[in-house]
Amino acid sequence: MATTPTKLSAARKDTQQGFVYLPLIAGWLIPGAGHFLIRKWGRGALLAASVLGMFTIGIAMQGKLYGGAHDILDMLGLAGDLGNGLLYFGARALGLGADQVMVTTADWGTRFIVVSGLLNVIAAVDAHNIRTGRKA
Amino acid sequence: MTHFAAVLLFALFASVVFGITQRETPQRMVRYGAYCFALFAGSAVVLSWVMFLIAR
Repeated sequence: MATTPTKLSAARKDTQQGFVYLPLIAGWLIPGAGHFLIRKWGRGALLAASVLGMFTIGIAMQGKLYGGAHDILDMLGLAGDLGNGLLYFGARALGLGADQVMVTTADWGTRFIVVSGLLNVIAAVDAHNIRTGRKA
Repeated sequence: MTHFAAVLLFALFASVVFGITQRETPQRMVRYGAYCFALFAGSAVVLSWVMFLIAR
């Protein structure tokens, strides 16, 4: 059944109401929260489990959390870590990932933490796209 | 945790996020997620063999 122009404009108006950046910000701060706000429960739960799982495994593997930007690689690592939102700040406050551990799994752990941050940013942008009506 | 287990976990988590965010319908999400997982895991196996053969 074709959607009438009235229904389309009503749906578009509905998606534009309120603060459209809220799912983006919430999704960045708390993994999956952006999708929960727009009532995409299943997607939000899977995204939260993936990002939280990856971050937790990274910390458990004694991965390093970037604290400052001394060179360009540190800067990129810090940008990736910051994508984890409150997870990053919470872990830093607890003193996790502060020690430089010279084992192979620690290197893997550092990558897991950076990538979980990048995936969280992708998920937050996806929530924003759904909120604005760019994606179903 | 072995290196291969870490690769599989990495592939699983990344594929779930890619599948959900890059496709619109649930069926296409699952298919794309499975495709990404196969590419991640498969390329890790192929590259491991390449590095093994180079190091000999």
